[in-house]
Amino acid sequence: MTTAAATHTHRDDVGSRMGMWLFLFTELILFGGLFIVYAVYRFKFPEQFQLAARELDTLVGTVNTIILLTSSLTVAMSITAIQQGKKHLSMMLIGMTIIFALAFLVNKYFEWSHKISIGIYPQSPELLNKPQGEILYFGLYYVMTGLHALHVIIGMVVLLFSMVFIATGKINQQSYVKLEAGGLYWHLVDIIWIFLFPLFYLIS
Amino acid sequence: MTTVVRTSEPDYLHAQTNRKGISAWIFSTDHKRIGILYMVSMLVFFLTAVVLGVLMRLEMLTPGKTIMEPQTYNTFFTLHGIMMIFLFIIPGLPAVFGNFLLPLMIGAKDVFFPRLNLLSWWLFIIGGLLALVSLFLPGGPADTGWTFYVPYSIRTTTNVIPALFAAFILGFSSILTGLNFITTIHRMRAPGMTWFKMPLFTWALYSTAWIQVLATPVIGITLLLVVVERLFGVGIFDPNLGGDPVLYQHLFWIYSHPAVYIMILPGLGVVSEVLPVFARRTIFGYKVIAYSSLAIAFIGSLVWAHHMFTVGMSNTGMFIFSLLTFLVSIPSAIKVFNWIATLYKGSIKIEVPLLFVLSFIFQFSIGGLTGLMLGVLSVNIHVQDTYFVVGHFHYVMFGGTGFGLMAAMHFWFPKMFGKMFKKTPAIIGWLLMTVGFNVLYFPMFFLGYLGMPRRYYDFLPQYQSYHIISTVGSWILFIGILIIFINLIISLKKGMKAPANPWGGKTLEWTIPSPPPVENFQEIPIVEKGPYDYSEYEIKPEIAK
Ligand code: HEM
Ligand SMILES: [Cu+2]
Repeated sequence: MTTAAATHTHRDDVGSRMGMWLFLFTELILFGGLFIVYAVYRFKFPEQFQLAARELDTLVGTVNTIILLTSSLTVAMSITAIQQGKKHLSMMLIGMTIIFALAFLVNKYFEWSHKISIGIYPQSPELLNKPQGEILYFGLYYVMTGLHALHVIIGMVVLLFSMVFIATGKINQQSYVKLEAGGLYWHLVDIIWIFLFPLFYLIS
Repeated sequence: MTTVVRTSEPDYLHAQTNRKGISAWIFSTDHKRIGILYMVSMLVFFLTAVVLGVLMRLEMLTPGKTIMEPQTYNTFFTLHGIMMIFLFIIPGLPAVFGNFLLPLMIGAKDVFFPRLNLLSWWLFIIGGLLALVSLFLPGGPADTGWTFYVPYSIRTTTNVIPALFAAFILGFSSILTGLNFITTIHRMRAPGMTWFKMPLFTWALYSTAWIQVLATPVIGITLLLVVVERLFGVGIFDPNLGGDPVLYQHLFWIYSHPAVYIMILPGLGVVSEVLPVFARRTIFGYKVIAYSSLAIAFIGSLVWAHHMFTVGMSNTGMFIFSLLTFLVSIPSAIKVFNWIATLYKGSIKIEVPLLFVLSFIFQFSIGGLTGLMLGVLSVNIHVQDTYFVVGHFHYVMFGGTGFGLMAAMHFWFPKMFGKMFKKTPAIIGWLLMTVGFNVLYFPMFFLGYLGMPRRYYDFLPQYQSYHIISTVGSWILFIGILIIFINLIISLKKGMKAPANPWGGKTLEWTIPSPPPVENFQEIPIVEKGPYDYSEYEIKPEIAK
């Protein structure tokens, strides 16, 4: 501890957490803007939104929801593991989280490809023939799930770095605030999905 | 330069690091160096945008074409607006002076996240460069105005995407600065510095930071949606695909109105800092000023639709937004009254920073009162999108914050660079700026009232006399700005050495040498008194002669 304490004169985990929470706030507001857009258009075209939502496969959505929820659990467990000094267990749990994330993306990939193959994508003649409410619905579908997928990827990179930091000892039993931050970010990704899922898949 | 043998550590300007040359600056995590980096880059953008403004005024000298084509005028006001808003006034005071001063004022060694701080600056530079690059790409510079209103911003063939993306990155940079400042203020105040012992500039930064963090993501996502819509033709705001352009305006102003408080609050903070020093008096109503910053930040986030009174809102909606707009002027007015009360019976000492502050108070009051007029529904319908609005926002942003920035530059110049500036040229510059400013913008209120629309390169002959006055004003102002900057640059080299506390300030930054040492404080100070305690002390300022 002594050398570490000398170089890091002001290690302040409370402050680091505060910064992280503020950042998560901004992310929530970022998506908040999208939810406003969604709400406004849903209010304007209620029937067409319902109709369009039937096109989505609830099963795929449900599977992805379960995957993400489980991954939130594994990431939380990896923090507990590092707090107890179980380095390898912690790394393994993070690895599992990343694999879940990959599975989520693969699922998403097939879902999008299927939509595209049946001609539902921006500016497709198929879509342009549909009523305006449906065009908006699918526009939002692509934008919101796309932005979310981007966050999944960022989250994966963050977790990957946490894993490396554990291996090199930068994250350890005494100092794990970085992993906590990564975990929080991952929960955020999860929570946003929890909102997206019913809005696009369930209300139909 | 003679080498002075120092017992203490070297100052931040000359300190040796393991990096050499310019990379000792552009990769430095020292908040003071980052502040200077911001200052240099921001001033470059500012002067460029000023030149664009002066050229636009030249175009408006005569009806019809004077020096440029209509499309050039369109790209000029767009670029001028984008640069002034996103590259000058929003990062201006918080990023330059906030970075430099916040840790000094609260008795800390740096900000909470120094590396994040450097990242903010890099994002700022990348965003700025992107905006510049968009000028030279095929397609031509954006011509949408700084507001990027849809559907035009979706349809125009100019380089809107790089411009939007630049604004997005700049927003991200601004968020990171805000997040950093909030954490710093919460966690790093020196022992004894309670919330109500903080300098008022710090309070202003705190309120500003909250707006940066809470409002900027909304514009981020909105601009991103326009990008996506342009790139992939996704239907979101395009009315052809069922989208609602008015929704875009709502989202835009949900950020951009609070953003005007990002612009003005730090300026108000500077005034509260400078006034007590030169009036030699405790600031009148410290707590009220601090709370009014928070009140402005709060009410200010609920008034956005006053920019949209002509889009066809419900009458109830218009009424509420108009009322809230009246309300938000109360905390601003409270500040003005407190400042006047501070000056009253003070032992006023006229120095350059105070002169700029006095211009600020005068011009900000005009800007605020015309803002109130714009909040009146009937008046608003009449002058919406006219030169009245152009006059109003220049009075607030330039007459207010811009002059506040000039005050800050002169007030903290000795601290930042360890040199005094020459007083006489600065006073001449100030005089020209103030006169030029008012000659430039005051006629715009008449022009607007008479119906001269904004964003036009041409006008009817009956408006010409006002336009001529205004253009002459822009020349006077421009000369004033040049004198001010040349004077400061010369003083960098030739100025007298500045003492630690040239003005007799009471806040912590004046207790350390000018320029400050790398670690700011040899020992973290223990704060016992409030920031403007002039009551018990005879002040003996050590003015450098
Ligand atoms: C010498 C200084 C300046 C001059 C001569 C100047 C002049 C002008 C002119 C002629 C316009 C266009 C009016 C129109 O046709 O609608 C304009 C617009 C604008 N100016 Fe300035 N200005 C100056 C400084 C500033 C400053 C310091 C700021 C902000 C801090 C600023 C912010 C803006 C904005 C936001 C617009 C609106 C752009 C748009 O319509 O999209 N200007 N200015
Ligand atoms: Cu507003």
